[in-house]
Amino acid sequence: MSWWQSPASDTQVTHGGRLWLYILAIIIMLLLVIPTFIVIPMSFSDSQYLEFPPSTWSMRWYHEYFGSNKWMRATWTSLRIGVLTMLVATPVGTMAAYALYVSGHRAARLIFMYMLTPMIVPVILIAIGVFYFYGRVKLNNSIAGLVLAHTALAIPLVMIIITAALRSYDLNQERVARSLGATRLKAFFVITLPQIKFSVITAALLSFLTSFDEVIVSIFVSGGKTATLTKHMFSALRDYIDPTIAAISTIMVLISTVLLLLVQLAGSRDK
Amino acid sequence: MDTSVSAYNENTHVESDQALPITISGLTKRYGSLYALNSVDLEIRSGEFLTLLGPSGSGKTTLLMAIAGFNRPDSGSIRFGDSEMILMPPHQRNVGMVFQSYALFPHMSVAQNIAFPLKLRGVKAAERLSRVNEALETVQLSGLGDRTIDQLSGGQRQRVALARAFVFRPRILLMDEPLSALDKKLRERMQIELKQLHRQLGVTTVYVTHDQREALTMSDRIAVINDGLLMQVDTPEIIYNQPVNAFVADFIGESAMLPLTHTTNGILEFGGQEIVQTPVSGTDRTWSMVIRPERLEIADKQAVPNESLIVFDGVVRESVFQGESAFVLLELSDGTELSLRAGGGTDSRAQRLQPGEQIKISMQRHDVIVIPAGQE
Ligand SMILES: Nc1ncnc2c1ncn2[C@@H]1O[C@H](COP(=O)(O)OP(=O)(O)OP(=O)(O)O)[C@@H](O)[C@H]1O
Ligand SMILES: [Mg+2]
Repeated sequence: MSWWQSPASDTQVTHGGRLWLYILAIIIMLLLVIPTFIVIPMSFSDSQYLEFPPSTWSMRWYHEYFGSNKWMRATWTSLRIGVLTMLVATPVGTMAAYALYVSGHRAARLIFMYMLTPMIVPVILIAIGVFYFYGRVKLNNSIAGLVLAHTALAIPLVMIIITAALRSYDLNQERVARSLGATRLKAFFVITLPQIKFSVITAALLSFLTSFDEVIVSIFVSGGKTATLTKHMFSALRDYIDPTIAAISTIMVLISTVLLLLVQLAGSRDK
Repeated sequence: MDTSVSAYNENTHVESDQALPITISGLTKRYGSLYALNSVDLEIRSGEFLTLLGPSGSGKTTLLMAIAGFNRPDSGSIRFGDSEMILMPPHQRNVGMVFQSYALFPHMSVAQNIAFPLKLRGVKAAERLSRVNEALETVQLSGLGDRTIDQLSGGQRQRVALARAFVFRPRILLMDEPLSALDKKLRERMQIELKQLHRQLGVTTVYVTHDQREALTMSDRIAVINDGLLMQVDTPEIIYNQPVNAFVADFIGESAMLPLTHTTNGILEFGGQEIVQTPVSGTDRTWSMVIRPERLEIADKQAVPNESLIVFDGVVRESVFQGESAFVLLELSDGTELSLRAGGGTDSRAQRLQPGEQIKISMQRHDVIVIPAGQE
C-alpha cells in the first residue's frame, strides 16, 4: 500500500484524497512568508536600490543602519515605548480580565466587549481620534501619549489571553487559600498567579510586539524626537527608498520571530 | 485530643482548641427574585457533625459559603460562639474547607499544600514539618509528602484536601460534597474514615451532601433544606422515623404517601380502617400516612386489624428478587401503589408471589408516621 492510499485519519480518508488539502495548505503557508523571504535577501544587497534578487551581496545597509544616529534614536524610542506599553498593559489588562471574570456581574460581558473595541474598530479611526484628543491635552509627540495609545491597543490581547487562562483554572483554589488564612491579594499572588504566569508572560510579550510593530497611531501622534522606528521607516519609504528599510525589516522580523517562539514555549507551559 | 496538641497551642495564639457552636438566625440570600436562603435559623452545636441535606439547587452550597464568608447574605446573622461573623472576611474566620473539586494547589507538593495554612500563621519550619507529618499520618498518607498533586489518586487527593483543612486546627470544618467524585466503594470507606476523623478532632463540622444515605450514615444531626427553607433539623433516626412533612418523608428513604380522612370521632382513617387519633393541632387540615417499604409485612390470609396491627388488601403487580431482600410492588383496592421490602432469608413468601395475586399486608400500628398532607 503506497502512501497516498494509506489512511490519513480514523475516518479512513486516504492521504491521496487529502492531497488537494495539503497543496492548499502549502500555498497558503508560502503566501504568508513570501514577502518576508523577499525582504530578507534584499537587505543583504550591495545596490543603492531595492533589488530582488540582489546582484551583489554585502552587509552595507546593516552598517548604514547601526551607524545612523537617526535610526538608532528611533529604535531606542520604539524599544522604550514597547517596554513601557508592556509594563502598563500587562498588569492593567490582567486586573481587568480577573475582575470581570470573577465578578459574575450581569454587565461583565458587556464591559468585556467594550474593552475589546480597540481591537475591532479600524486603527486609523483610533489614530485620528487620539490625534485630535492629544492635540487638546498636549500629548502629541510625547512618550506618555504613545504608551497610552499603544496600551489601549494591547489591553484587548492581554484580556483575551488572561481570561482564557482563568477559564481553565479552578477558582475554588483561591477560595480555599482564603479560608486557610490568606488575604484575597495574597491568594491571587501565591496561588492564582503562579498557575497563569506563562499566560501572563505571553500577554506581556504580545503587548510589546503590539507596540513595537505599530505604524498607524505612531504616524499620527509621534514625531520629532519621539518618532518611532516604524514612523521613520514609513517616512523613509516615502522620501527615499534604499535597502536600509529592508535591513531594519529583517531585524524586526528576527525580533518578532524570537518573541513569538518564546510565546509558544510559554503558552504551552500553563498546564 | 492527645497531650501534644495542647503543647502546640502554647506557641500558636491564633488557634483555639475548642470547637465552636455556630448560630445562624434569619439568614436570607436572594439572587434576583430567587430566595437561595429564606430566613434560615440553625443552631449547630459545638463539636457536632451536622449535615446539610437537600436536592440540587436547594441552597446547601449558598449556606456553606455564607458560613465560610464567600457570599454576603442580604440579612440575618451568623455567629461563631459569641462573635458575629457576617462582616468578617473569610481569611479571618479560621474555618477549614474541603471542596468537591478538592482545589489542591497543583504547583505545590503534597507537603507544601498541607503546610500552606501553617505558613500563613507563621508556624516555624521545624514545627510545620512535624505537624504536616502528623496530619499526613492521620489521613494515612505518611511518606507521600514529596509527591506532586497529579501523582495522587482521587482518594488520596481527597485525603490531602482534608489534611490541609484541619492541620491548622480550625474551630470549624466545612465540607461541600467532598466524596461525590469518588467511586462507590471508596466513598463508603471514606465516609467511615471521615466519621472517625471527626471523632478524633472533635471539631464542629458542617457537611453538605445530596445523598440521603450518606447523611444518615455520618451525621449527628441532619438539616434538611429545600428551596432555601429549612424543613427539619434532627438526628438521623428522628428524621427517618418522624419526618415533619411530605418533603422530608419523600426525600429521606423510600416511602409511599396514603391520604387519610377525618372521621367524626377525632380519628384518621384510610379505606374505612381506623389508623390513628387525629393530632390535636390539626382537625382542620388534611393528613397523610407515610409508609416505609421495610415496615410492611406479608400477612396471613385471615389477618384482621387489631390494636397493634394495621392490615391492607392488595394485588401484587411485581415481585423482584434483589439478593439480600425481595421487593414487591402492590396496588391497594383504591389504586394507591405501595412497595414492600422483605428480607429474603426470613420471609421467603415474598419471593413466591405472582403478579395478580391477592394478598394481605400488615404493619405495626406504632410504626405509623402521620404528616400534614402536601408540602409546606
Ligand atoms: N451566583 C449565583 N447567581 C445566581 N443564582 C445563584 C448563584 N449561586 C446560586 N444560585 C442559585 O441559588 C440556588 C441555590 O444554589 P446552591 O448552589 O446553594 O444549591 P446547592 O444546594 O448547593 O445545589 P447542588 O446540590 O446542585 O450543589 C440555585 O437555584 C442556584 O441556581
Ligand atoms: Mg452545591
